[in-house]
Amino acid sequence: MGLAYYPGCTLKARARNLDEPARASLEALGIKLDELSKWNCCGAVYSLAEDDLIHQVAPIRNLVRVKKQGQDTLATLCAFCLNTLKRANLLIKQNAEKRGTINSFIEEGIDYAGDVKVIHLLELLRDGVGWEALSRQVKLPLRGLKAAPYYGCTLLRPREVAIDDVENPSILQDFLKALAASPIDFPESTRCCGSYQVISNPDDVAEYARVVLNSASVKGAEALVLTCPLCDYNLGRGQKELIKKQSDFMGMPLFYFTQLLALALGLDPKVCHFELNYGGPELLLRGKGLLS
Amino acid sequence: MPVTISSRRLRSGFAKKVKEISGQNLQLCYQCGMCVGSCPAASKMDLSPRQIIELARLGLEDEIANSSTVWTCASCLACTVNCPRGFDLSTLMEAIRLLTLRKNIDRVRPENISPEQRRELPQIAMVSGLRKFTG
Repeated sequence: MGLAYYPGCTLKARARNLDEPARASLEALGIKLDELSKWNCCGAVYSLAEDDLIHQVAPIRNLVRVKKQGQDTLATLCAFCLNTLKRANLLIKQNAEKRGTINSFIEEGIDYAGDVKVIHLLELLRDGVGWEALSRQVKLPLRGLKAAPYYGCTLLRPREVAIDDVENPSILQDFLKALAASPIDFPESTRCCGSYQVISNPDDVAEYARVVLNSASVKGAEALVLTCPLCDYNLGRGQKELIKKQSDFMGMPLFYFTQLLALALGLDPKVCHFELNYGGPELLLRGKGLLS
Repeated sequence: MPVTISSRRLRSGFAKKVKEISGQNLQLCYQCGMCVGSCPAASKMDLSPRQIIELARLGLEDEIANSSTVWTCASCLACTVNCPRGFDLSTLMEAIRLLTLRKNIDRVRPENISPEQRRELPQIAMVSGLRKFTG
């Protein structure tokens, strides 16, 4: 049996260019991902209200299904799903009263106690595969690619579910080094892209994107490396506006880390779905001799 | 920003309600402003995050209701991880939003999101946005 995998809604629709290269890459690394046979939307955001248990039901049902399949770890890739599943899991683990209420409500026939471990695929690469072992599997070293890791919010905050140091994360830098790329640090790498505000205040969100993109550009980044589909949308949409308004901004290709992984492992670039990316990533890769 | 504080307003149930929903002790805050410095959206807010805490614990519901600050917050939790007092401001922002949304007053109407944007938006944007802006 492989590792239980929860893709979430976005990876099945808008962000196939995050999901498909991940599956192919892990297979190449000898890790089989078993998508949960039945899953539902996690709710996308963790409910921050003490008196709101109904929004914990959706993520908990997914975790119960992992247990029912006889597994103890759930891997996910969407930054929003990771945060929501991991926080709901922590709540049910730490609060006996709420645990009792949720379990009696969901009637899944299991007294779920929060004992499934929820991990992100980056953690699997770091802790399960290891950076050195990963670097030995690289067939196409991404030499000369100056890529700035952009973490966003939900992989790092709050502290109790962070996959790395909250203030000074390095997991994406280490990942890029393993692929022989050149990670570029920049001060806004953990700054919020504006998130769901894009449906309410899209002009503000375009301005947040401008701050992030200019900051990375000033530090010499040729591309941003992302983990989250909403960061991808906000920074992609934001840069379309920025190209029109700011004459010295030439555009910044956006990659998901899984696309660079598949490319470096020598997989067929078709699996990366670069056609779904913002900012012309194929042009940059061809210029570096990384894509024919 | 001058505000009028009266004993009648201070007795209002507002502070108690936001405390219950957020689960936070509002007296923890010592108004250092670290939340404001950490917030990527502070420049877009008419009241700063720090001011929201002060007004909430004084029970000044109208001043908060007339501000767009809680609707500008993206729940990024930069304030939460940087607060030296361990105060989780993201839950207070949520509690204040919910006091409006639970009256069935929505902040966003889905039909006002353009068809073009609906086609392009990742699913997590629609789900999270509608969770945060509708009751």
